[in-house]
This record gives sequence, structure tokens and C-alpha cells, in this order.
Amino acid sequence: MSRFITGPFRNALTLLVGLLVLWQALYWVVGDVALRSPLQTAAFMGRFMTSPQFLPHLAETGRAFGLALVLAVAIGLSIGFSLGLNRFMSDVFEPVLVAVYSIPKITLYPILLLAFGLGISAKVAFGAIHGIIPIALFTMAAVRSVRKVYLKTGRVLRLPPTEAILRIVLPAAMPEIFAGLRIGFSLTLIGTLLGEMFASQRGLGFLLMNAIGLHNVDLIMGLTVLLAGFAGVASAVLLSLNKRLQART
Amino acid sequence: MTRAATWRTLLLLGAVAALEALCLAGVIDRITMQPPHKILIDLWRLLASGSLNRAIAKTLGNAAAAFAVAMALGVASGLVIHRFRRLRDTLDPLFATYYAIPVFAFYPLLIVLFGLGDAPQIFIGAMLGVVAVIVNTLNGLDRVPRVLLKTARVNRLSPLQTALQVTLPCAAPFILTGAKLAVAYSLIGIIGAEFIMSNGGMGYEISFAYTNFDNATMYPLIVLILLVSITINIVIARWEKRILARRGLA
Repeated sequence: MSRFITGPFRNALTLLVGLLVLWQALYWVVGDVALRSPLQTAAFMGRFMTSPQFLPHLAETGRAFGLALVLAVAIGLSIGFSLGLNRFMSDVFEPVLVAVYSIPKITLYPILLLAFGLGISAKVAFGAIHGIIPIALFTMAAVRSVRKVYLKTGRVLRLPPTEAILRIVLPAAMPEIFAGLRIGFSLTLIGTLLGEMFASQRGLGFLLMNAIGLHNVDLIMGLTVLLAGFAGVASAVLLSLNKRLQART
Repeated sequence: MTRAATWRTLLLLGAVAALEALCLAGVIDRITMQPPHKILIDLWRLLASGSLNRAIAKTLGNAAAAFAVAMALGVASGLVIHRFRRLRDTLDPLFATYYAIPVFAFYPLLIVLFGLGDAPQIFIGAMLGVVAVIVNTLNGLDRVPRVLLKTARVNRLSPLQTALQVTLPCAAPFILTGAKLAVAYSLIGIIGAEFIMSNGGMGYEISFAYTNFDNATMYPLIVLILLVSITINIVIARWEKRILARRGLA
């Protein structure tokens, strides 16, 4: 048990130290023109995150991401369940979902902008599209692989369909569904940020693009590290939850 | 064609027809969307005029460069990481969370480092693809039968010879899976970067047309990119299936 805790923890720590050393070395090579050292970045972010101009942008991105995630989970799960419970429907739609999964979705963003206008709703829609497909694909596969005996037992006990889904399919497919939700979480975040970077008036992605125009290297470094760090930590937490969920079944 | 495939085709055709009807009836106005038949006519006109050739060549060329870098770096790193257990354990958390990190957030930084040219785009494309290649290479190397490695040792092959003649060919189907992902990722990386900020390429042309409300150029380009990426993905998926079938893996 102790190895289980120290092993991954030690690895993550080594990795973190390694990345910091690499960053510092890169800074020494490139210099002040294009990079800042880890310490400078941390000091700058400390100042910037307490300044009044940071919070509205963070709130905007947070709200867009939150809404997109709620939509992605709701729509992804409903698509996944309705396709997963019907063999023929999933045969019809799975290749379409896989094809959409692999295309550069950014090309669709101008269409969303024209449809929703330049505001939070286009960003939310774009983030949600990124998240819906993996959640739907994983849920579909998970629901399809639930053992038939369970479903038969439910039918024998005359559970109504909603009860059967809530009490049998959902718990049985949970670990795999959670894996989909984890990937959906990351992709929704990526989609939301991508939307903000391409065309937006507010939010962290906008701030990042704006910083190029101003050649504000401090801000670029700080935001990049903040976003990558948040995504990395969130994903690591979800991954460990996922592993625990899988170990339970 | 199977029954599912027939239904799929019919449904997709129905969706396009519905879009056409909605556009022609004026439910979706012309500023938002063009009717599909007009998009196809515009696409043909654009391709025939040759005005897009440079953008297409630039995008596909950069994507190919990003793919080549991702493959070379990914397979080489995979071979090295596979030999050092400790290094692999350390890098594992990075690989597990890598695709959760918004790689495009690094694009501004790369522009500052390399300048606004092809280099930061290729870098982003390669960065997106390389980890998929590494992970799949490691996966393939894990499955090389021990007896083959012993045979290599008996025949006194050097580490390089062992890699080239034994381990890599043996791990090839898995590396191909990585390659398939790397193709998709390098296209996504290049086009995404062109969208955000660049001075040429298909993504740039779309974003340029978007800012000019030039729907007659924007929609055909979007359709073209979708067609190109879907075609490439289908071709590679077929190829992968054939190779896996030959090895008896699928």
C-alpha cells in the first residue's frame, strides 16, 4: 500500500522538477527576449492574479467552460445511452461520430460564430461540441458491453426502462462512462479556449492572444503555465478517481 | 452495403437535403449559411481557378512535415524510453495527462520564440502528434516476444541492428496506430494554428474569408478541409485494418 502511494507521487514530483529544470535551462539559452524564468513567471502571476483586470476574464472563461461542460455531459450521455441501448442505431451512427471526432473541429467555428454571434454562446457551443463526441462514444461502448444477464434480470423483475437505466446500466457501465467524461472534460476545456483564442472579446484565451499583440511575454508565459497547469492537475485528479472506480468493480 | 450503411447514407443525404430546403426557403439566411449545392459549385470554381493551390500546398506540406517530425521523434524516444524503466515511470503521468493540456495555449509562446512563420505551426502539429506515437511505440515494444530478443542476442546484433531488424518490424502494427493518430493530430495542429494566427494556408484563408463575410469562399473551404481530413483518415484506417488482419490481430 505504501508503495502505491509513494510510487506515483514520487514520479509526479520527479517529472515536475524535471520540467522546471528544463524550463530554467531553456530560459538561460533563449534569454529575456522571448522567455521568462520559472521564478519570474510565478512572481508575475502572483501580482497579476490579484489585480482587478484578471478576475472578469477568469469568470468569463469559467462560465463558458462550465456551461459547455454541462451541455456536453447532458447531450453526450443522452446520445450515448440511446445509441448504446439499440444495436442497430449504434451501427448506423458510430462511424459518423468517429469521423467527426477526428476532423479539425476548429474549421466549424466560423459557422457557429455566424449562427450564434460573437459572444459567450458561440464559445459554449464550440466547447460543448468538443466534449459531446468522446462522451457519447465512450458511453455507447460502455452501455453496449453491459452483461446481458443484468438486463434480463431487470426485465424479469419488471423494472420500468428509466429504473433499469438508473439501477442497472448506469452502475454497471460507470467506470467506462467516467473515462469518457474525463476525456470530455479536457476536450471541452480545449474547445472553449480555442474558441476564445480565435475570436472573442473576453476570457483567458482572448487575454493570451491579446498579449502577443502587446508583446507581453510575462503574460503569455504566465497564462500558458496557468492553463496547462490547471488542465494537467484536473486531468490527473480525474484519472486517479477513474482508476479507483475501475478497481472497485 | 450492409443495412446500417444504407441507412447511414440515407440519413446523411436527408440531412443535406433538409439543409438545402431550409436555406432555399429562407429559414436560414444567406449571411449565416449557403445552400449546399451552391457550396459545391463555389468549391469547384475555387479549385478550377487555382487560386487556392498555394494555400492547399502550404497546409498539406506543413502537416506532412509535422507528421514526419512526430514520427521520427516519437519512435526514437519510444525506443530510448523503453530501455530505461525509471525514465518511463517518471514520464508516465505526463503521457497520461498530456492530451488534456491545451497545446494551442503554447502557440503564442512559440510565435514569440520562432517568429510568425511555418516553424511554430509545425512545432504545434508535431507536439500534438508525438506523444501518441511514443505511447503506441512503447505499447508495441512491450509486446515483442522475448524469444526474438534472445535470438538477436545469440546472433550478436548491435542495439541499433536489433531495433531496426527485430523490435521495430515486430512492433509495426502498433506504431501504425500511433501514425494514424499523428496524421489526424498534425492536420488539427496545423489548421488550428493557421486559424488562430498565421500568414497563409487553408485555415488562414477560412479565417480571412470569415472576417470579410465572404461566405462564397468560406463554406467551400470548410467543406474541402473536412473532405480532405475524412478521406485521409479513412484511407489510413483501411490500411491499418489490412496490416492488422495480416498479423492476425484483428
